[in-house]
Amino acid sequence: MTRTVDLVTATAILILGIVVVADSLRLGAGWGGDGPKSGFFPFWLGAILVLSAAVLVIQAWRRGARVPFVSKEKLRPVLIVLLPALGLVVATQWIGLYAASALYIGGYMRGVGAHRWLTVVLVAVGIPIVTFLVFEQWFLVPMPKGPLEAWLGY
Amino acid sequence: MGLENLLLGFQVAITPFNLFIAVVGITLGTVIGVLPGLGGANGVAILLPLTFSMPPTSAIILLTSLYWGALFGGAITSVLFNIPGEPWSVATTFDGYPLARQGLGAQALTAAFTSSFVGALFSIILITFFAPILAEVALRFGPPEFFAIQLLTFSSFIGLGGGNPLKSLVSIILGFILAAVGLDIVTGQLRLTFGVTDLMKGFDFIVAVIGLFGIGEILLSVEEGLTFRGASPKMNLRVVLDTWKILPRYTRTFVRGAFIGFWMGFKPGGATPASFMSYAFAKRFSRHPERFGHGELEGVVAPETAAHSAGVAAMLPMITLGIPGSPTAAVMLGGLIIWGLQPGPLLFTEKPDFVWGLIASMYTGNIIGVLMVLAFVPFFAAILRIPFAILTPLIVVVCAIGAYAVHSSMIDVWYMLIFGVVGYVFKKLDYPLAPLVLALVLGDLAENALRQSLIMSQGSLAVFVSRPIAGAITAVALFFLLMPVLTPWWRRLRGTSAMPSSPPGAH
Repeated sequence: MTRTVDLVTATAILILGIVVVADSLRLGAGWGGDGPKSGFFPFWLGAILVLSAAVLVIQAWRRGARVPFVSKEKLRPVLIVLLPALGLVVATQWIGLYAASALYIGGYMRGVGAHRWLTVVLVAVGIPIVTFLVFEQWFLVPMPKGPLEAWLGY
Repeated sequence: MGLENLLLGFQVAITPFNLFIAVVGITLGTVIGVLPGLGGANGVAILLPLTFSMPPTSAIILLTSLYWGALFGGAITSVLFNIPGEPWSVATTFDGYPLARQGLGAQALTAAFTSSFVGALFSIILITFFAPILAEVALRFGPPEFFAIQLLTFSSFIGLGGGNPLKSLVSIILGFILAAVGLDIVTGQLRLTFGVTDLMKGFDFIVAVIGLFGIGEILLSVEEGLTFRGASPKMNLRVVLDTWKILPRYTRTFVRGAFIGFWMGFKPGGATPASFMSYAFAKRFSRHPERFGHGELEGVVAPETAAHSAGVAAMLPMITLGIPGSPTAAVMLGGLIIWGLQPGPLLFTEKPDFVWGLIASMYTGNIIGVLMVLAFVPFFAAILRIPFAILTPLIVVVCAIGAYAVHSSMIDVWYMLIFGVVGYVFKKLDYPLAPLVLALVLGDLAENALRQSLIMSQGSLAVFVSRPIAGAITAVALFFLLMPVLTPWWRRLRGTSAMPSSPPGAH
């Protein structure tokens, strides 16, 4: 239900507001020797957030739309994008960005798009190589690297 | 005075390297504008790390050209595929897509690009004349004035943004809170880190933009089930020239759209309402209002002129006051800080070659842009025929690279993913994302302005009302803040229940 998600979101924001207020009070939200203390600005931000989120919770409770937030058949395509993306990030940590993106693009093209193997291999290997040339060689912006790059001497 | 500076600017903008940069920027920008999930703001954000080693003027030319390209590119998908690439191209689909289905796609695109160009040119000319004056005035501003302008910026999101004003407020506050995480440079204390080392570095706005707009947008567009079935335009010189012969008929629409665009555009979030307003006016003053929505060329001209005019006008407060008018301008402002420039009125006196190079490049960029899109429409439209299973992972990889490159840190890639999910949920619950990003970029500046103002006044808030300029700006800001409360009241008083034509999907 959209109403449920709306309620959960507003409540989460409310809790965040309370956390911010608490941490600001710890730092001191008043006037220091030479100006406002560190917690001054965040304290008021947190306070406004708590108040607005409280009203949003009430609004969501009273007139939140009782329609599904995402229907079952629409949740599938969203997860089909989100979960492999999660996989890409996890894999990047282990084997570096280039190898991970080759696996990710290849896997996605084969698994979701059912492309021919030749196309899959060409795109999945070609894109990371182009990225490597542009970032590491041309603009000198390093990307996370793993055992494959180490083996190749980078 | 002004013209001399502009000439100086052209000497900077017309060097072969900077012209080449402009062409690259426009090409990339148009591609980004056409692709779902990659708009101007996160296109600029992804490219920003690549500009760290460039001279600042070339860097800003690359990023602004990308922005012009994205503005032009948005029209291509609107007309040919009925998919607005950006919220401000929604109104363009109303008549653009029917025209394309009648086989008049080439005419509609020519009209759209030409209108964009006219709107942009109008705003650039106004910027050329007004920017130095505004900067001159702003030089006399102190911290209270700057804080008042910040207040005005954010209250106009609440008052004019449409939708639930409380949700706009929450978005703004969340942005400010994210900006406050980490080291407080004034006192040297750690804020909101709770002992977590990774939080000490704070949240970078580039990562937030890539996540919220990039990943979030992809999730939304797959949910809506993208199908790209569109007409291929038969673009040739003859069609372009023939369309140009008809366009002078709409001179009034051009002028009206350009004015609306400029007026709305230098306030935050103005491009979308400007395009709808311009469309509504064109329809009202037309002799054939019944043709609108069924493929009237004027219905393409009106919103495109206003949207592009507003998009350019958003640069005015960024270069003169250091306050961006749109998320894209906010990212550019962040870029300025990274390149070691102090955004604000001092730029005009301290870095005239940068400011005037930027203004001159707006002329060259838009001229190159309109010629390029006219010539290469079929190429850009063909991008959408790349199968979805290739485009999606490609966009995700590009986003991940962009997020990582900011600080060469893996945690940013995780943040990007989290921001993506947050962006998806927020967008579905109608929390606007643009104010969050703006607040994240401006957070430290706003807090410093507030601190310095309060130190000046020994902690009294009266400083924001007692100084004439700050007082006037604060008054307008408070008016915008109270507008969501006052409007229903006023309407009841007048006894009308008619809803204003608030644009759908105006975020």
